[in-house]
Amino acid sequence: MTPLLQVEDIAKYYGTRIGCTGVSFDLYPGEVMGIVGESGSGKSTLLNTLAGHLTPDRGAVRFDTRADGLRDTVTMSEPERRMLSRTDWAFVHQHARDGLRMNVSAGGNVGERLMAVGARHYGKIRATASDWLGRVEINEDRIDDRPASFSGGMQQRLQIARNLVTGPRLVFMDEPTGGLDVSVQARLLDLLRNLVREMGLSAIIVTHDLAVVRLLADRLMVMKDGHVVESGLTDQVLDDPQHGYTQLLVSSVLQV
Amino acid sequence: MIRVENVSKSFTLHNQGAVVIPVMSGGELSVAKGECVALTGASGAGKSTLMRMIYGNYLTAAGRIMVGDLDVARASPREILMLRRHVLGYVSQFLRVVPRVATLDVVAEPLRAVGRSEAEARDRARELLAQLNIPERLWQLSPTTFSGGEQQRVNIARGFAHPYPVLLLDEPTASLDATNRATVLALIEEAKARGTAIVGIFHDEAAREQICDREVDVTRFTPGMAA
Amino acid sequence: MTQIEQDKNAPDTVMSDYNFAYLDEQTKRMIRRAILKSLAIPGYQVPFASREMPMPYGWGTGGVQVSAAVLTPDDTLKVIDQGADDTTNAVSIRRFFEKTAGVAVTEATAEASIIQTRHRIPEAELREDQVLVYQVPIPEPLRFLEPSEVETRKMHELEEYGLMHVKLYEDIAQHGAIATAYAYPVKVEGRYVMDPSPIPKFDNPKLEMAAIQLFGAGREQRIYALPPYTQVVSLDFEDYPFEASKADHLCGLCGAEDSYLDELIVDDEGGRLFMCSDTDYCVARQAAGHRGSDAAPTLEGVA
Repeated sequence: MTPLLQVEDIAKYYGTRIGCTGVSFDLYPGEVMGIVGESGSGKSTLLNTLAGHLTPDRGAVRFDTRADGLRDTVTMSEPERRMLSRTDWAFVHQHARDGLRMNVSAGGNVGERLMAVGARHYGKIRATASDWLGRVEINEDRIDDRPASFSGGMQQRLQIARNLVTGPRLVFMDEPTGGLDVSVQARLLDLLRNLVREMGLSAIIVTHDLAVVRLLADRLMVMKDGHVVESGLTDQVLDDPQHGYTQLLVSSVLQV
Repeated sequence: MIRVENVSKSFTLHNQGAVVIPVMSGGELSVAKGECVALTGASGAGKSTLMRMIYGNYLTAAGRIMVGDLDVARASPREILMLRRHVLGYVSQFLRVVPRVATLDVVAEPLRAVGRSEAEARDRARELLAQLNIPERLWQLSPTTFSGGEQQRVNIARGFAHPYPVLLLDEPTASLDATNRATVLALIEEAKARGTAIVGIFHDEAAREQICDREVDVTRFTPGMAA
Repeated sequence: MTQIEQDKNAPDTVMSDYNFAYLDEQTKRMIRRAILKSLAIPGYQVPFASREMPMPYGWGTGGVQVSAAVLTPDDTLKVIDQGADDTTNAVSIRRFFEKTAGVAVTEATAEASIIQTRHRIPEAELREDQVLVYQVPIPEPLRFLEPSEVETRKMHELEEYGLMHVKLYEDIAQHGAIATAYAYPVKVEGRYVMDPSPIPKFDNPKLEMAAIQLFGAGREQRIYALPPYTQVVSLDFEDYPFEASKADHLCGLCGAEDSYLDELIVDDEGGRLFMCSDTDYCVARQAAGHRGSDAAPTLEGVA
């Protein structure tokens, strides 16, 4: 089986400061990988580097493209990379307003990716948008409302619909449940899990919330100071952490 | 189906002066198809540890743990995930689910994960929930709000939804009343009859005697506790 | 208003205090280079070093600089504002060039070699020996949805124009039809999406013409262009095709049925008069004997 994403020795520096370094892993179709670590550990830098938002100083990020199999997205041309990022890739931001157009209706937000890949039939675009609002549990009569009038959880679900409408194969998520109420988080987690399974999505989720990765991620990487200090099966890393930092992280979580 | 050979395990507590706590050495176990083996030994002897090592939940420091053709002690996460999805089931004492998911879907999930249709998976889930006397009015609710005993039964239903060839059972009959206990034991017998290899921890001695073919006392693998 | 009123103070020769057409020669050369580049890449916005002009931004500083750069002493200039030759903006720009360049001016579209316009394309068909100069307030068609200039440039570079259709989608979602009535976005030669300046979408089909079209945005410091006979397609949806709409009336003054109309409220009872926005076109038709059916008496009644 070909990995969907093959990350090899990725390094990103900010001047002399390490953003992240020496990161390698394979992600297979349908797999969900969690990346945990505290603020400044390099997990967001890594995610943005993998997603093509930052250019790594070293290493390769190979993606199994539909046309040509594994291609290094770091060295591919920018138009190709941007095309990937609005077709086969998706990026869910922590703050929905970074991932949504706040002055465009919900339907327009969902439809944008369709129009970006050439959809030119208003009726069909609207029907697809309406279907997706339903799938992320937003009432279809909100289709012409702007996201500014939505609650935080709704905005986040709208962002997810906007990202998944083109049927991507890989989703990058940066703290997707951050800043949401616990009950809203649960709903979102449930939604994400179902979508991941129904669509056979692979996902890379950055979070500092260990409960989130336990429920969503098959595998886990723990980052500290730009390095991956431990990785493995999610429940194994959480229940039998080997590295001192991971042990500290796990033991620091308040049990409810 | 399960062959554990000379395994050892220790915990290193990096944040408490890097204390190394050896918890197992020379662990041996073998379970054939259709066989049920009980792990025994005092509390803290390492019954759960061994079971978690077989499941891949704990890392194994040395030795081999063959489940079918896969050495869990050396397998990649992806291989273990595939093994857990298709071959290796685990009924733990605790139910860990996404808070909002309906009980019916929690139980149906293992079948969905191996590609069964939603209808088929839910039918099987209904059958098991009914068998385990979970009132139908609770099926659409999340089990997170259930009593301990109800959660335990949901967990069992989930563990038996897919006919795993290998099953790990951690106290499956604890906190069950007589009727439900009998149902669980019947489920275990059924699984044995279709060739499932089972490793279990049973504090319930009568249950143990009724369904287990052998007992393995893990105390002899416990460093400093050898009987 | 059949003839341009001559400025009583206008001298017979060019005022020697100003360089020809106000701008210095270096600046005009710089602007001409930008114009040549813009003609070479139809629809692409070429940055240029816009100068301070003796008029406020929003009064056509971009168009004036482009006109100044292409004017020669032999040219005949026409200036219109929303089709009219006699509005303050048109009159002041016309006087500006009379004063600083001493060029001939006209109100007749056919007689002009350079026409500077704000918000309209003349009704009369333009020829290959004419240049139409547009005043542009916001040259970037993607601006209202994407505030970042870096990002919009990238979108042009990579032809990522999905966002443009988002705007049209929003129109239909809110109004049941594409409600954008002016500055209606177009795609040029299948490549660049361009804002045709705030002309009514009625004028969009006329963008494919024989004359050279130059667009100048002074505040935003951009020049772009359409060479003669450039393909210009108005964006739309398959099920909501582009329509070059106008008020469904005849001109009340000249009876024209094919020209873009302004609507005038003429009394306190809500009486309305529709009249050609292109004053030269309307006056020429009236001179040729065409009469609007009902509006003229109304006008006189009010006066």
